[in-house]
Amino acid sequence: MTATVKYDEIEVGYEIPAIGYDVRRLNLVMYAGASGDFNQIHWNERFAKAVGLPDVIAHGMYTMAQGGRFVTDWVGDPGAVVDFGVRFSSMVVVPDDDEGATITISGVVEQKLPDKRVVVALTARAGDTRVLSKARAVVQLA
Amino acid sequence: MALNRDFVGRTYASKSSYEVSRVKIREFAAAIGDGNPIYRDRDAAQAAGHPDVVAPPTFPIVFSLQSGGEALADPDLGLNLAMVVHGEQRFEYVRPIYAGDELVTSSTITDIRSAGRNELLTVRSDIATVAGEPVCTTYNTIVERGGAA
Repeated sequence: MTATVKYDEIEVGYEIPAIGYDVRRLNLVMYAGASGDFNQIHWNERFAKAVGLPDVIAHGMYTMAQGGRFVTDWVGDPGAVVDFGVRFSSMVVVPDDDEGATITISGVVEQKLPDKRVVVALTARAGDTRVLSKARAVVQLA
Repeated sequence: MALNRDFVGRTYASKSSYEVSRVKIREFAAAIGDGNPIYRDRDAAQAAGHPDVVAPPTFPIVFSLQSGGEALADPDLGLNLAMVVHGEQRFEYVRPIYAGDELVTSSTITDIRSAGRNELLTVRSDIATVAGEPVCTTYNTIVERGGAA
């Protein structure tokens, strides 16, 4: 496994710059198909509103997957993520237009662990709303 | 409606194994918009030190709830699936999942509790190879909105 980030070069407080990830209705349809989660709140506006939601919302797992992408792109190896957990603190509402929503993710190294592992704390926002809380990844560095 | 607490502690084993394929990993990577070649190209994965293409960290969601899903649909549990949203999720890896892995999952309902007007249910899924090698443990908490009202 070849993480490209070296443990010895990373200190607690190291900031990973924010990246914005677009989410449109098409992404949710693709995610529904790939994941097998066909809950109608993720693609049917009529159904979403009937159960009290403001509009179609993204799969929480779609948002979490963007967090995973953020971490694996930083570390350079998808196999380097040894633990990844989140709480879904707010919904990502995805309107049926050409813009959809944007999930903006940033990270900070919160802790250095033995065996060249670090804890990365993630922040994920849609607009001004934090959509993940307690988002942490334990990553194996080089 | 409050969920039936008698379900806490119940374990559901997958009835068949899940065979991780390169095609499915590629489809999942495309769906999350991730172009990493280690998800698509065996040579790129091997160059990075892996035996085959690697599954993205959140990939186990594809199959880890198959066995527990049967429990969630059980009328005796009293879960209104239309009101369910995802509360928390965690993946704890022993090693990465690779194309070619043949995996079995054992899911246990570890907790049911109320939080305000909502009902929360947590499922732990232990994922191992058919040979018994542990690979990953997932923790999934779902929220039934208004379930405790």
